[in-house]
Amino acid sequence: MEIKKISDNIWQIQKHGTMKVPAMIIASEKILEGIKQDKTIEQIQNVASLKGILKHAIALPDSHQGYGFNIGGVAAFDMEKGIISPGGVGYDINCSVRLLRTNLKIADFLKKRKEIIEQIYKEVPSGVGSKGQLRVTKEMLHEVLKHGAKWAVKEGYGIKEDYERTEENGCMPEADANTVSQKALERGKPQLGSLGAGNHFLEFQKIEAIYDEKTAKAFGIENSEYLTFMVHCGSRGLGHQVASDYIKLMEDKYGFADLPDRELINAPINSELGQKYYKAMSCAANFAFANKQMITHWIREGFNKVFGDVKIDVVYDLCHNIAKFEEHTIDGEKMKVCVHRKGAARSFGPGRKEIPEIYRSVGQPVIIPGSMGTSSYLLVGTKKAEELTFGSTAHGAGRISSRSAALRNISGEHVRNELSKRGIEVKAGSWKSIAEEAPEVYKDIDEVIRVSDEVGIGKKVIKFVPLGVIKG
Amino acid sequence: MKQYKFLEHTADAKFVAYGKNIGEAFSNAALALTSILFDPPKVKPKIKKEIKVEGKDEKALLYNFLEEILFLLDAKHFLLHKVEKISIKGNKLTAFVSGDSAQNYKTSGDIKAVTYNDMEIKKIKEKVSVQVVVDL
Repeated sequence: MEIKKISDNIWQIQKHGTMKVPAMIIASEKILEGIKQDKTIEQIQNVASLKGILKHAIALPDSHQGYGFNIGGVAAFDMEKGIISPGGVGYDINCSVRLLRTNLKIADFLKKRKEIIEQIYKEVPSGVGSKGQLRVTKEMLHEVLKHGAKWAVKEGYGIKEDYERTEENGCMPEADANTVSQKALERGKPQLGSLGAGNHFLEFQKIEAIYDEKTAKAFGIENSEYLTFMVHCGSRGLGHQVASDYIKLMEDKYGFADLPDRELINAPINSELGQKYYKAMSCAANFAFANKQMITHWIREGFNKVFGDVKIDVVYDLCHNIAKFEEHTIDGEKMKVCVHRKGAARSFGPGRKEIPEIYRSVGQPVIIPGSMGTSSYLLVGTKKAEELTFGSTAHGAGRISSRSAALRNISGEHVRNELSKRGIEVKAGSWKSIAEEAPEVYKDIDEVIRVSDEVGIGKKVIKFVPLGVIKG
Repeated sequence: MKQYKFLEHTADAKFVAYGKNIGEAFSNAALALTSILFDPPKVKPKIKKEIKVEGKDEKALLYNFLEEILFLLDAKHFLLHKVEKISIKGNKLTAFVSGDSAQNYKTSGDIKAVTYNDMEIKKIKEKVSVQVVVDL
């Protein structure tokens, strides 16, 4: 099995064995060496052998091993002949990130940094199994699952411009709460309106560099003196349970004897179970959209309490773990396909109707959070991405070190002190939280972004550096 | 005999739990799962719960048992201290567990799901070992 270099940063594994299409890896030589260290290469070959897969199985520059499908991966399937797979979406359905801009000067933020971080830590529940702030009834939960961020705004959390600048307008329309199990509802109920833990976080940032002023201006960011921040979280226990439930249902119905790996369990897209999964996944996605919308509102309240009148606007909010039905052109033919993006960001170029009207002429904002203490980026989507990767690019840095290794080798207190020396304040539930997510356990985000930019699947617009982080 | 140990895994948590019999190995697997968030011996045994699951084979029983522990955590804020009693008969598992409300402790991290990834149940002479990967 040979990994052939096609061009700088593009590699290919040709069709062989049970593969139905080739596999494409977008990576620098340095990143590829890292990718070879785990099962990613094996996994993309497996994905390439799934029924109805189109064009090629894709590994992006931040790829690493996942459940069946590699994380940092894209796979698109024919609507009639292809499959939909929970492993191709991920357990954290709609793990996603929202970028917000403010009119608060960095200098003013820094004067009260500790205070605002404490205030936000109070306003926004975080931490594992952490309770949300509301009394959630079954009826309310059904509304949340059906309407997502739109429900939240109707209830008074934020404004409609927030979800107009969100992927899917913050609501996937096929959601049907009846496809979500009682167990998933019960896991989700206490967690509505909470950040969660693990790699979920809230980060205050300053702009370090603007690479493309014209596009930055089109995205509403002209002045690098103002504070920005990102909120990164997903569908919490509800989404995780939906993934587990449908993995089990698909295994029971279809079995996995003829799959190279049981974790690739799937159902035909046009089967009853395939459709039900998509609807349940949409519910989980909406839960995540609603969650971030509520958190946005509480952050606005926190800022108002500490700084008085501060204008906070959503720049964009995009999904990192999702399956979408989208129109793409393959070999000159326009067709509707089912795109799985697992640890991958949609990266559409100018003109696509899915992009909010205010951005449509420049392309879709692509938000790529770095790991704690490292840079984050705002990119713009491109036509090249649509041609090469079904309109997708990387979502972050990807881990290189296990959590257990991190805990053995890294002290949370040491990390916090090091970050503090660099001007970054971290507030977290525990030292362990910090150690597990220390910067050194992730790949080099700058390298990942450089590759995305060079290949042209997501072009650099702005680089951010952290000033403060809140984690569960 | 060691109760459990964690192995290397880049993004998730992988552990092996041991026991003299399958019930003990499953119990230690539940402790290993909990230890990702907080040290079980330090949890007070204030609340008692009964767990009843079914599974078409041993792996499914293990999966469903651990998933129930996770469910109790998320949905009922129950943090495990100890599996007081466990009984596995055919395709049914019953366990009595003790623990406390998770909100009384500073837990860290988040467990998304139990998976079948690399799941193994091995019986060698006087020892049973189970291997599980959980998605973080």
